[in-house]
Amino acid sequence: MTKGKIEVIEKDSVVVKFAGDCGDGMQLSGTLFSDTSAMSGNDLSTFPDYPAEIRAPHNTVAGVSGYQVHIGKEIHTIGDKCDVLVAMNPASLKANLHVVKMGGTIIVDVDTFVPKAFEKAGCNVNPLEDASLSSYNVIKAPISSAAKQIALDNGLELRDADRSKNMYALGMVAFIFDRDLTLLSNQIAAKFKKNVKISDVNIAVLKAGYIYAESIEAVESRFHIPTAKLEKGRYRNISGNIATAWGLLAASERSGRPLFLGSYPITPATDILVELAKHKSLNARVMQCEDEIAGICSSIGASYAGSMAVTSTSGPGLSLKSEAIGLAVMTELPVVIVDVQRGGPSTGLPTKSEQADLLQVLYGRNGACPCIVVAATSPSDCFESAYMAAKLSMEHMTPTILMTDGYIGQGSELFRIPKVADMPSITPPIAEKNDPNYKPYRRDDKTLARKWAIPGTQGLEHRVGGLEKSDVFGAVSTDPNNHEKMVYFRNEKVQRVADYLPNQEVIGDESGDLLVVSWGGTKGQTYVAVKELQKQGKKVSLAHFKYIMPLPKNTADIFAKFKKIVVCELNDGQFADYLRIVYPKFVYHKYNKIKGIPFTTVELVNAFNQYLKEE
Amino acid sequence: MSYNIIERSDVPLTKEDFASDQMVKWCPGCGSHAILASLENVFPKIGYKRENFCVISGIGCASRFPYYVNTFGFHGIHGRATPIATGVRVSNRHLSVWVTAGDGDLMAIGGNHFIHTIRRNVDLNILLFNNQIYGLTKGQYSPTTPFGQITKTSPYGTIEKPFAVGKLVLAAQGSFFARALDNNPKLMVDVMFEAAKHDGTSVIEILQNCVIFNDGAHKEIADRTTAADKQLILKHGEPMIFGKDRNKGIRLGAKGLEVVTIGENNITEKDLLVHDMTQEDSGIHNMLVDMKLPHYPMAFGVIRSVPSPTYDELLEDQIKSAQKNSPIKCVDDLLNSGDTWEI
Repeated sequence: MTKGKIEVIEKDSVVVKFAGDCGDGMQLSGTLFSDTSAMSGNDLSTFPDYPAEIRAPHNTVAGVSGYQVHIGKEIHTIGDKCDVLVAMNPASLKANLHVVKMGGTIIVDVDTFVPKAFEKAGCNVNPLEDASLSSYNVIKAPISSAAKQIALDNGLELRDADRSKNMYALGMVAFIFDRDLTLLSNQIAAKFKKNVKISDVNIAVLKAGYIYAESIEAVESRFHIPTAKLEKGRYRNISGNIATAWGLLAASERSGRPLFLGSYPITPATDILVELAKHKSLNARVMQCEDEIAGICSSIGASYAGSMAVTSTSGPGLSLKSEAIGLAVMTELPVVIVDVQRGGPSTGLPTKSEQADLLQVLYGRNGACPCIVVAATSPSDCFESAYMAAKLSMEHMTPTILMTDGYIGQGSELFRIPKVADMPSITPPIAEKNDPNYKPYRRDDKTLARKWAIPGTQGLEHRVGGLEKSDVFGAVSTDPNNHEKMVYFRNEKVQRVADYLPNQEVIGDESGDLLVVSWGGTKGQTYVAVKELQKQGKKVSLAHFKYIMPLPKNTADIFAKFKKIVVCELNDGQFADYLRIVYPKFVYHKYNKIKGIPFTTVELVNAFNQYLKEE
Repeated sequence: MSYNIIERSDVPLTKEDFASDQMVKWCPGCGSHAILASLENVFPKIGYKRENFCVISGIGCASRFPYYVNTFGFHGIHGRATPIATGVRVSNRHLSVWVTAGDGDLMAIGGNHFIHTIRRNVDLNILLFNNQIYGLTKGQYSPTTPFGQITKTSPYGTIEKPFAVGKLVLAAQGSFFARALDNNPKLMVDVMFEAAKHDGTSVIEILQNCVIFNDGAHKEIADRTTAADKQLILKHGEPMIFGKDRNKGIRLGAKGLEVVTIGENNITEKDLLVHDMTQEDSGIHNMLVDMKLPHYPMAFGVIRSVPSPTYDELLEDQIKSAQKNSPIKCVDDLLNSGDTWEI
């Protein structure tokens, strides 16, 4: 091929992964690429993939940081495999080669493929020189040296000259995918607005990368990606953790209850704390506490005092909060507990994702101690799920656990911006001043919620606590009959939340050969796999659950209409076990993955086909 | 500040207004009865509306307290009274928040929360009932039990050095520390009133007698017949004089505090230390907190009360400033901030 005759391929979607050493700026390249794509009208999904260490040893596989972007017409997952991989050093090539499609394009920074570096990555010979890359289209670009020269020419000091190489790689990718350079340059200028010199250098390097890709003959094809057919509206790109924080802020505003967050930093939930700490102008009172227990206990105190109280954590932190969740259940106060799940048990896989906290969330407390449980289904859905978790908690006066995970918490996708006024109203049962009928444990007939009697309100002085209380009056009580009654009340109160939930949706026909059941953060993958099989004419449908405790009321009716049910989850079968307890009359097959990474569409399609074949 | 922003009652309240309808279930002779009476006495004196008081506890004998006071009350879980109280106060600065807890609750399981609450200087009043024993679980040693004491869990004597509450408070940069005795209600009411007026975390260590499991733990200090010689009741701005003949005093010597006798060796009142509870440097306060029998009297009253910005006030200031200066006034503004585009 010669210059100017590069073939343009039309593709519904492509997957690009930027990988390099921690500190090479791969997250930034990835974000700029995805934001620009979104602004150009593509649907997208992104996921950062970084090590637990802040700066693992230079040039090692352990130190590889990546950012995967899936863009296209209709996107639900981050994509199984990459069309294009950018590998800024031998280690990042080694760590990511297995996720590149056969025949895919690999852009390498050839300057980094020196003996010291490929040996450190664990390769005996230079991988660019043996046959290991023969099935790929490899573009060897002098990324470091070219970027450095431009930086020096633009007057940067030698020590800073190395830092723009990520922009060179981004420029090359921008050419391959026909991204708008002006849009990208504007993004860079906004990002570095505090340092015009750095901004200018980065833009110059970006353009140089673009021109380089255009001028060499190594680029065999450019891709044209059709824009998404999305509902009209205003859009933005959003990660699950930010969406969670914003959904909580929206619930606070709509309910008129000021937001209080007591939290302790923990991967991968910290972003929620960081984000909410920014929004003091929205009256968000955010405390970074001394530990997880203080996080939830300060939230319980805040809830008692009338705030919309939240604590955010991940699995290990949730374990520490267990006793206090019991206190919130007993005192019947609203608290939202956000669990951004990661691989467990113990410290486990802090930066990887899993759905293995479900049984802890449902049952991991002393005594009969039910909570409402909501599981967000995608990065953008975290907004609505957080909003609903807060609404249910406040209106039903009991703690709600919102489950997300590292994958959707840190991943991002397009988000159609709602208006807060269009969100459902939130009306907590707040007790009126001097209400002559007020009793601490008098319940609403329908919801069984007690009233929220806020300190400072005249005539409502009362005492609550972790000791069992007498029905209606709320005095300390060890009466056997009263205890049994109160246990049933607390449980029934949570069960009755089902009266206020939407019916469970079925994607596909309402009956068929196979019902795929999934929950929480795996929706993108199960949805794409089921759609794929439906296209092939298979009688497969999907029931993806967001409301976990209680389950939607029509759940059993749905299950009854399918020949086979397979429950897919990123654990060893906890939701299937739960369904066996709630609806024991059905047979549940299990499809599980416990590798800290999401399902791929291919593996799900294969697995479902297998279930369809077996009698 | 608190003292000025919390709404006061239009009508004078009495002790009876603060007594709840619950039967008080502490052992007869327990020091908690006197502490409860003192609190019920000081609340009307402070003068806030009844609904603006909030009493919060953890677990232990002392933690039954909220049930007996007719205000808003919250009986929490073991060790967690201070974070719960922090959440209440940070949510609503128009409440007067009181924590009642024992030495096990605040020094052992809640030790971490205790020091962090103090360093943040959240505006709370903490009453630490120090009976040097676990009462509710029937007689195990606590972090304040004296070295060597035989208890159910230390049948050969404890081999742990006890915490000195006051030293811990000062080390955590506490802005208020007072000490009182369960058999001196007037002193308790006085220091509780001072605590209420102080902005920040006020810790009052109350030496309390557990009649069942550690009877007489503080007897040597508390015994009324010898108290004048064993107790130095500090008063801000006054020389440190004690003794039944009011002729003993505390002087700052080359190696620390010294007990001297007025009239001996040419010592006059002028040679004595004058108590300054507002002194920011905690050196003297530390020495006062550390005074022990038999060489010294034990110090009581308000030992330290230093003005210091409170967490809740600083947070409020930040919120007000952000509300004034941030372009984001509502969640719709936030949702539409940054990069967005129309489709």
